[in-house]
Amino acid sequence: MGKTFQKPEAMADTITHYCPGCTHGVAHRLVAEVIDELGIRGRTVGVAPVGCAVMMYNYFTFDFQEAAHGRAPAVATGIKRVRPDLMVFTYQGDGDLASIGMGEIVHAANRGEKITVIFINNAVYGMTGGQMAPTTMPDQRTTTSPFGRKPLDTGMPIKMSEMLAALETPAYITRQTLITPKYINKAKKAIKQAFTYQMEGICFSFVELVSTCPTNWGMTPLDSIEWAKEKMLPYFKLGVFKAPEEQTVSSKQ
Amino acid sequence: MGKVLMKGNEAIGEAAIRAGCLNYFAYPITPQSEVAEYLARRLPETGGVFLQGESEVAVSYMILGAAACGERVFTTSSSPGISLMSEGISYIASAQLPAVFVNIMRGGPGLGGILPSQADYMQSVKGGGHGDYKLLVMAPASVQEAVEMMMGAFALAEKYRNPVMILGDGLIGQMMEPVEFPESLKAEPTNKDEWATSGMVTRNSDQRNLVKTLYLDPEELNAHNLMLKAKYERMEREDVRYEAYNVDKDYKALIVSYGTMSRVCRTAIDNLKDQGLEVGMIRPQTLFPFPKTAIYDAAGKQGCRSVLCVEMCMGQMVEDVERSVAGRLPVHWYGKCGGEVPTPEEVMEEIRKLVD
Repeated sequence: MGKTFQKPEAMADTITHYCPGCTHGVAHRLVAEVIDELGIRGRTVGVAPVGCAVMMYNYFTFDFQEAAHGRAPAVATGIKRVRPDLMVFTYQGDGDLASIGMGEIVHAANRGEKITVIFINNAVYGMTGGQMAPTTMPDQRTTTSPFGRKPLDTGMPIKMSEMLAALETPAYITRQTLITPKYINKAKKAIKQAFTYQMEGICFSFVELVSTCPTNWGMTPLDSIEWAKEKMLPYFKLGVFKAPEEQTVSSKQ
Repeated sequence: MGKVLMKGNEAIGEAAIRAGCLNYFAYPITPQSEVAEYLARRLPETGGVFLQGESEVAVSYMILGAAACGERVFTTSSSPGISLMSEGISYIASAQLPAVFVNIMRGGPGLGGILPSQADYMQSVKGGGHGDYKLLVMAPASVQEAVEMMMGAFALAEKYRNPVMILGDGLIGQMMEPVEFPESLKAEPTNKDEWATSGMVTRNSDQRNLVKTLYLDPEELNAHNLMLKAKYERMEREDVRYEAYNVDKDYKALIVSYGTMSRVCRTAIDNLKDQGLEVGMIRPQTLFPFPKTAIYDAAGKQGCRSVLCVEMCMGQMVEDVERSVAGRLPVHWYGKCGGEVPTPEEVMEEIRKLVD
């Protein structure tokens, strides 16, 4: 009997630059496991964002491109359109995807680009040092909302999954979280489903992952998990918001 | 295939296809939208990719993604659109990707106007986006030349792994002229397997490729910029192109002008010759690399008293001409901005003022 738990082939044998307690490592591993299980490493191209995951290409063993802030879905569109045989995914944070890249993500989803988007929602800009993001919770303190986010001034956190699910174009849109093992297993299933839809050429696929940022939240990793559970999950509800099969059914009605 | 009468914008689209580029991403903007309209019909016939992006910003990154896969790709736009694309162009230049951008210039700044202009000279030849980078910029003076430059642009982009810009004034895109398409070109083999993110199975390799522009280590970033600089210096050595007109005899003044404007100058030179006044012209066909030596030599010719830059903008090329002339002669400017093209008579009058 061989090892029952080992490093995925899609993952590089190196240490990461992520802070202790950060969920990027978990999300990376899930993506790598899925790529291994689907046997697609040799024809996968990842698109790295700007933000904490900007150097994520150092942790994977397949082709990668680096996009400018928010532009990853446009880069992925360029790749997928000229090379439909490649498996293309972007991996973006909330500042990248929901703020500066809002236009790119909405239009990539609406065109039904056959790409997969992994969206890390930790309610804060990480790399630039903890500024307010479009997904920052009401009253959450950040370096640019030092008295807490005031929805009267800056609106409510954007629910990307619900927003993208409102588009008529068929898609797979789901929100999962990485805060406990039970949820992590469900998140992996969702990522695998997303890549499978792409592999079969069915639709755009989007997996939002409610994540934690102990460093910029100013909490221990354990407190971060509790905070995400108490503050984020009631607002950012987990579930599948759209699946291509349902779309087919509803469009027949 | 013999000569056909074609609008510049459509001829540019057809030229790209004949150069073996079947991937086009663009966003509509006057006065170049006919390229997209032509290719929306034409590219599907070839099995190529046509996509209208949601913005020029997005388009510039679609170009990046496609180019990074090692596929030939191009876009077309006009001045305000190129400003938006300049973000992506900076990344593409740093990532050393071959791609072709066409700018059919309209008047600026701001929304400006939709009539022909040459007011994006600085933006095109000095960078445009952030950071130390340059584009190889070619400026056609006819629809025929636009076709030829377009067809050669992809090989140049691949030679240098650098974006190439075709810089045409609005007239080049809008006017109809007879064109003859050269033989379709076969792409030369490139070393793209060494850098393109084409999928490891595609290139039968177990080494992954990475296309990036982030260099946090200062020494590494400096080295990266020095390497880019060496590439731009190589362009200056190997790919300067220009046309000299009426420079065989002695002349009293030298005109430097490019694009459609140079054709007006040519008429002015012919008319002045009839009146007994000889004027020479250097017409840069590449704006970067700039034909510095040719201009220096032409300005140094016995009897030449003055140099006149004629442009459809407020004299953006004057600095480069002054640097080329290197103080040998005074450099003057004449031009108009806003859409009107200076007439041969106006150019003749300017020359008279300088030499009389």
